[in-house]
Amino acid sequence: MKNRIFISLIIIFFLITFLIFYKGLQNTNIYIPNVSTKKDIPYFEAKLFGVDRFVNSNEIFEKDKFYLVNIWASWCVPCREEHPFLMNLKDETKINIIGLNYKDNNENAKRFIKELNNPYNIILSDKDGIIAIEWGAYGVPETFLIYDKKIIKKFIGPLNLDSLSEIKKLIK
Amino acid sequence: MASLIGFYSLIFGLCLSFIIYFFSIKNFRNSLIFDSKIIFFVFLQLLFVTISFFGLIVSFINSDFSNETVFNHSHTTKPLFYKISGTWGNHEGSLLLWLLVLTLFIFIFLVNSKEQKKKYRILTLLFQQIIIIGFFIFVIKTSNPFNYIFPIPKEGLGLNPILQDPALAIHPPILYLGYVGSSIIFSSTLAATSLNYISNNWAKHIKIWVLLSWIFLTLGILLGSIWAYYELGWGGFWFWDPVENVSLMPWLALTALLHCILILERKLLFTSWVIILSISTFTLSMCGTFLVRSGILNSVHTFANDPQRGLFILIFLFCLIFLSLFIFFFFHKNEDKEKYNFFWLSKEMSILVNNWFMMYFLTVILIGTIYPIFLEVINSEKISVGPPFYNKLIIPFLVPFLFGMAIGPKLKWVKSDFKNKLYLVIFLITSFLLSALIVKNFNISFLINTILVTSAFYLFFITLRDFLIKRFNNFSQNISHFGFSLLILSILLNNIFSTEIITNLKVGETFELKKTKIIFEGIDEKNIKNYNVVIGKFIIENFNGDTEILKPELRIYNQPNIVTSEADIKTSLFEDKFITMNLVQNQNYFNVRYQIKPFMIWIWISVLIISFGGVLSIFRKRI
Repeated sequence: MKNRIFISLIIIFFLITFLIFYKGLQNTNIYIPNVSTKKDIPYFEAKLFGVDRFVNSNEIFEKDKFYLVNIWASWCVPCREEHPFLMNLKDETKINIIGLNYKDNNENAKRFIKELNNPYNIILSDKDGIIAIEWGAYGVPETFLIYDKKIIKKFIGPLNLDSLSEIKKLIK
Repeated sequence: MASLIGFYSLIFGLCLSFIIYFFSIKNFRNSLIFDSKIIFFVFLQLLFVTISFFGLIVSFINSDFSNETVFNHSHTTKPLFYKISGTWGNHEGSLLLWLLVLTLFIFIFLVNSKEQKKKYRILTLLFQQIIIIGFFIFVIKTSNPFNYIFPIPKEGLGLNPILQDPALAIHPPILYLGYVGSSIIFSSTLAATSLNYISNNWAKHIKIWVLLSWIFLTLGILLGSIWAYYELGWGGFWFWDPVENVSLMPWLALTALLHCILILERKLLFTSWVIILSISTFTLSMCGTFLVRSGILNSVHTFANDPQRGLFILIFLFCLIFLSLFIFFFFHKNEDKEKYNFFWLSKEMSILVNNWFMMYFLTVILIGTIYPIFLEVINSEKISVGPPFYNKLIIPFLVPFLFGMAIGPKLKWVKSDFKNKLYLVIFLITSFLLSALIVKNFNISFLINTILVTSAFYLFFITLRDFLIKRFNNFSQNISHFGFSLLILSILLNNIFSTEIITNLKVGETFELKKTKIIFEGIDEKNIKNYNVVIGKFIIENFNGDTEILKPELRIYNQPNIVTSEADIKTSLFEDKFITMNLVQNQNYFNVRYQIKPFMIWIWISVLIISFGGVLSIFRKRI
């Protein structure tokens, strides 16, 4: 008799543990280092894509305006995935989208744009990846939402439906 | 191509599991002799998994980016060594490695257990196949390492640079040998329990597996710790990080199991302990896999996570737990109470005390690791449990534990007394005086430190004496216990004597203290295959004029784009000089951290000594 109570107690204990782990799985947390939001955008100079002219960040970004900086490359597969979302933003909102072409071959990048259309108002080229480091990017693709020359939100990895609606909500 | 072969080999491997099941059950029922066909099929399964694993390695070497795993974790500019080690540096590949070791071990087990009963061998194989099938399905369904992507990318995303380290390249395989070795113990214990086969003979035969997994687990933990020390640049070697804890928990259970098996080998005692410890060792290993892979915890080991994977391991883990509970409660017969007739001062009792201590340490670590998860689920409060928790709960208990460890092996079976044990007291007094002398000279709390150092010295002297007097009597045990005393001693002294200087320096500046002077000579830049590096040159000058040059590095990896800080460490027998530098954003100075860590190398050496004791024990049985 005593034994039976003991067994049931153990089984109940493990069942509870199972349930708690199961619940714990639902709020899985991928660790993202504290994103420095509301931070001033870094100053940089970059070559315009396909043209032999340099611009600096002060010329590109104006006060009181929303910008989206998107780091992309033609060799990056997830960039292909997020491209339709960028096109959608271009068509449905008035936001300025700035592409930062990261460590890419010019020809491949041109082909990429030709094939999938161009959502960008300006494309900058970042051949050695230095500008991306200054922005504190972890990899490609990555997207920064900028308002009033400040980074207000950072999206690591490809954009998806959730981030799309979040962006739309923020710029309203 | 290699990926394709790899994938189909996996499928064949899974099919073989079912064939093995069919033949084993037939053999189990019908005949008296073990069917050698089964060994052949097990070998075939091993072969297929090996082919599959090599398929993945080849894809990594060729940088075949049509394979998703390769694309996500490799890059053409990576050195060949890290391309290969990248195979198991990711979730998919490491599971394939699990599978490889699982099939390898069951094959070795079958070949090496010819003198055991047929039913027992088959049943062990069947239990092991449950685990193997579980992992096959897990790999194929949720983490297929051979996923194809189209269009084929030109370049991969690269391996996380902090994983590009030689210690870390061999850390997973060694650790897995330990984890998976415990799966054999698990299956064999379940088989032996259900056949009522637990005996001295069985203990003798399974002891080799216990020792093997224990050695590999010890070495695996050591490598992980060395990596943390060199690569993470915090100057510590153990952080009580959840991921470190989940490797320590099976180790504690396995250590207790090892001691129980040694008793069981001579006398039929502690069978329940052996069964429970075998089960918990393996389930704790699995639990560790679950915790780090599901993303329920955050750490460097959390690879790209997908809740589906976590769910699978969770369900699988609990199926195994319930299966083993069922077998334990329904097949295990309680032992004779008569056999437990031993005096309070005896070898049996000391092993029992050791078990309880191990269980206590294990519980503390288990609670520290899992409690935050529970709390978050129940009232969504986030806490993190750090070193103070573990230090407060573990250190006080370390003192009686160490004394017990010194005296326990001296005791006789069944009943012992204190005759001819005067030297125990003499040693106690000497170690107390010695530690009081050491601790007094430093500005630290006297009582607790003296007691701690005393207990460590005590074990140290007693084991040292055994070396000199008893020589080869129970040599392996002596070596391991000696290593353990050395480990505790070096950790304590390391903690007491460590010093640290943190300062901001510009190039050319000097930082001066009473005893040391740090001169920042200059920086140098270099281009290496897959990263750019900034090398700082620091001259450390001691008060007596000795100088030493240290060159910490900042590495800027090109793919993925990550800056890592490499410490420069000058190791000597008595202390490590450890320096790291970090760039401070938008400033022209560097943050410099200089540490002196005494007896660091002895921590590594003592763990090697501990595992060497295990190795000796294996070979002594064979001769």
